[in-house]
Amino acid sequence: MKTIRKFAPLRRLLLAALALMVAAPLALAQEAELKFTIKGGNKSALPIAVVPFASVGDTGNTDIAAVIRSDLERSGQFNPMQPGDMPSQPSSFTAVNFKDWRVLGQENLVLGKVMASGDGGYVVEFRFIDVFNGNQLLGFRIPTSADNMRLTAHHISDLIYETLLHRKGAFATRIAYVTVERASAKDSLYRLQVADADGYDPHTILESKQPLMSPSWSPDGAHLAYVSFEDRNSAIYLQDIRTGKREKLVYGPGINSAPSFSPDGQRLVVTLSRDGNPEIYTYSLASRQLTRLTYHASIDTEAIYSPDGRQIYFTSDRGGGPQIYRMSSDGGTPQRVTFNMGNYNSRARISPDGKKIAIVHGGKGGYRIGVLDLASNSFDVLSDSALDESPSFAPNGDMIIYATMAGRGTELAAISVDGRQGPRMAVQRGQVREPAWGPFRN
Amino acid sequence: MKGRILKLLLVITASLMLAACSSHKTKSDSAQNGARVEDRGAAGANGAASQGLADDGSAGAGGALNDPNSPLAVRVIYFDYDSANIRADFNDTVAAHAAYLAANPNTVVTVEGHADERGSREYNLALGERRSLAVRKQLVLLGASAGQIKTVSYGEERPAVDGHDEGSYEKNRRAELVY
Repeated sequence: MKTIRKFAPLRRLLLAALALMVAAPLALAQEAELKFTIKGGNKSALPIAVVPFASVGDTGNTDIAAVIRSDLERSGQFNPMQPGDMPSQPSSFTAVNFKDWRVLGQENLVLGKVMASGDGGYVVEFRFIDVFNGNQLLGFRIPTSADNMRLTAHHISDLIYETLLHRKGAFATRIAYVTVERASAKDSLYRLQVADADGYDPHTILESKQPLMSPSWSPDGAHLAYVSFEDRNSAIYLQDIRTGKREKLVYGPGINSAPSFSPDGQRLVVTLSRDGNPEIYTYSLASRQLTRLTYHASIDTEAIYSPDGRQIYFTSDRGGGPQIYRMSSDGGTPQRVTFNMGNYNSRARISPDGKKIAIVHGGKGGYRIGVLDLASNSFDVLSDSALDESPSFAPNGDMIIYATMAGRGTELAAISVDGRQGPRMAVQRGQVREPAWGPFRN
Repeated sequence: MKGRILKLLLVITASLMLAACSSHKTKSDSAQNGARVEDRGAAGANGAASQGLADDGSAGAGGALNDPNSPLAVRVIYFDYDSANIRADFNDTVAAHAAYLAANPNTVVTVEGHADERGSREYNLALGERRSLAVRKQLVLLGASAGQIKTVSYGEERPAVDGHDEGSYEKNRRAELVY
């Protein structure tokens, strides 16, 4: 069984019991858990105190307050108080001594409790309190289960984020990424995994000894398109994340790669070189028809749709080096987008509001993640390592996750669009790369 | 021909296993499913299947491919940064392989194109293809028939060496001839 979470021994027991009843559990490799660390602090981050939640009855081992604190800290926007520094640990509104918190400059206070609901489930009650005005901003009672405890905590983080920053939170989301364990140049194990946005609860959805690359989420979060070399050439696959059912969609001579969904989920934009040269095509999931969009002897690849579906951004070296171009989503003459930004700009990902693109920018310091504002043409290089790649926007547009080189290999790193450093995530063995941030979960 | 049949068998085996695998998964574990690509043919090694084929093919063709002193023993062609031009120091290597292919019209070679790790992965996949196509073009120009040469790009996904310095990058920007 592969769904064991380190922080849920109750669940482990349940799974052990299940394993006794079900005859043939799948012998899947042990999951490599992502570990995240946060480097540096953000001076302008908002102070917030998330008091450890009280527990009524047997409520399992998930520390909801700790999950919320970790979420808020990872966003780069908050500076959560450590429980040891708290003057008291109230779990109800009436137990709050406002003066104590005001003295410490803590204006935002979150408290709550977890109660066993008798039917094997739990109810999580939380209150979000404005210490300065002494009133309650939010109060919810959320029914949940042992399996969904962390998800409930992420939902609470989303509510707090939206209340204070007036933007939707993206904590209750998932990421897909590729891990590689390399025993030698000719012996590697590639895994396509899906985990919570904080790296917990990873699931391997595909394992192969041949390279896997370019995972791309369907807009409803139910499928991943990706590239697999299992047949000794690149081919594009589509896989249902829940059932594991997969289909080889686009294959043939040459490159079959770089899949990305249209916003309506009806088609993929892909790169194929069957006509002798990498060109951009669309692939209709309904009709199974390919439509060629570009006609140029250069490399055209890494295409994505704009959020309104009307345009396609892609990388082309038709001007010499790789630069970002834009064309209508039914083809037409491409217009260059990246100017006066050096001679290497590739792999655009567009922000959910369609106003910015994150790119891989090659310059003197190496390859870094930059963000270009499409209206003003202002360009900021956000990351600061030498081999950064594969940027992907959070569905609320506030953060970008990307792959970066660390001491032992590649890790994932996140950074806010306004330049605040977020967490870094590494796997215990091997490399982790090509993060793709999934859509909001309904 | 023997090689082709073997390869075909491998593909069939692999797809049968895939099919078996996914149906099994769907039945037994509907909640969160992993799919696994069984890769029996490769026995855990990149190109292991193709190399096995090479041994078969060369035995039939007289062993020139196995002679360590033959120019055919050089199977890797290196490229300059951001370039798919075949360097002068590899002209003789490519010419020797072209002559061999011309003399052995039933022999098939796969040219694998690779890139170093810098920059974006999909763009590097395209660069790797450019390198494999450049080698193919040269082989054909020198007498091999186009039907004897398959090309595949692995981009930066299969580095020859793991380092992150120019010395490593030089070894990773390459095209490999796999018989």
